[in-house]
Amino acid sequence: MQTQAYLVVATLIFLIGAMGFLIRRNILVLFMSIELMLNGAAMLFVTFSRQLRQMDGHVFVFFIIALAAAEAAVGLSILIAIFRLKHRVNVDELTELKG
Amino acid sequence: MEKTLFLILSAVAIIGALVTVTRKNPLGSAIGLIVTFVALSGLYFTSDAPFVGALQVLVYAGAIMVLVVFVIMLLNLPEGELEEEKIPPRSWALAFFSVVPLGFLCIAQILSTKFEDKEPVGEGFGSVKAVGQLLFGDYLLQFEVVSLLLLVAIVGAIVMAKKRL
Repeated sequence: MQTQAYLVVATLIFLIGAMGFLIRRNILVLFMSIELMLNGAAMLFVTFSRQLRQMDGHVFVFFIIALAAAEAAVGLSILIAIFRLKHRVNVDELTELKG
Repeated sequence: MEKTLFLILSAVAIIGALVTVTRKNPLGSAIGLIVTFVALSGLYFTSDAPFVGALQVLVYAGAIMVLVVFVIMLLNLPEGELEEEKIPPRSWALAFFSVVPLGFLCIAQILSTKFEDKEPVGEGFGSVKAVGQLLFGDYLLQFEVVSLLLLVAIVGAIVMAKKRL
């Protein structure tokens, strides 16, 4: 019962993040949607860790958080570089890499 | 008591997530995201993961979100840029036909699975000591690889944000 409730919350957070990533056009909001999806996945790890009585899931959440920090640093510096060049944050207008 | 706490925290987390994806101003999104992170940290504490819960507040709600808010303030988006976010119909169609079936499948599967209730977790489950022993024992190599990843991220961030190489 308790495990199911936690899993449903984690899934809902992941789905909201995925929905936001597909619908929104502002690159900052896309970035934050990715963070939401990562958090939904982390919540799943913690819930199953408790269900299975093994702490390996907690270690994986540690790795997820480290990865999110690295992603935030690189992603935001790319964003600053793009904004300095184009003064736009709408992903539909950033088409330089389109072949 | 525990059930009430769970309901409040999960409601706050989901509302924060909805605020994050619906606000026009990225700063509002960032505030919603911070609320979600703090509520999720509470959920980690209630599911016997105090170390992860503390890490969530320190690194996510603290460090990462400070960086995001800092960048939003630094960019100082012009007003017109926020107004003209037009969502093409294909985005709605793509989101609807991918996310809704995925969510339906996941939640139906979760609700139809029987999870056996076990006895309460032992003393020290998820504590800093227990997770640390696992992290520096079985996962030592992976831990060191993470340090390499962070080093590469630092170098990448500096190279990207520099005015000229």
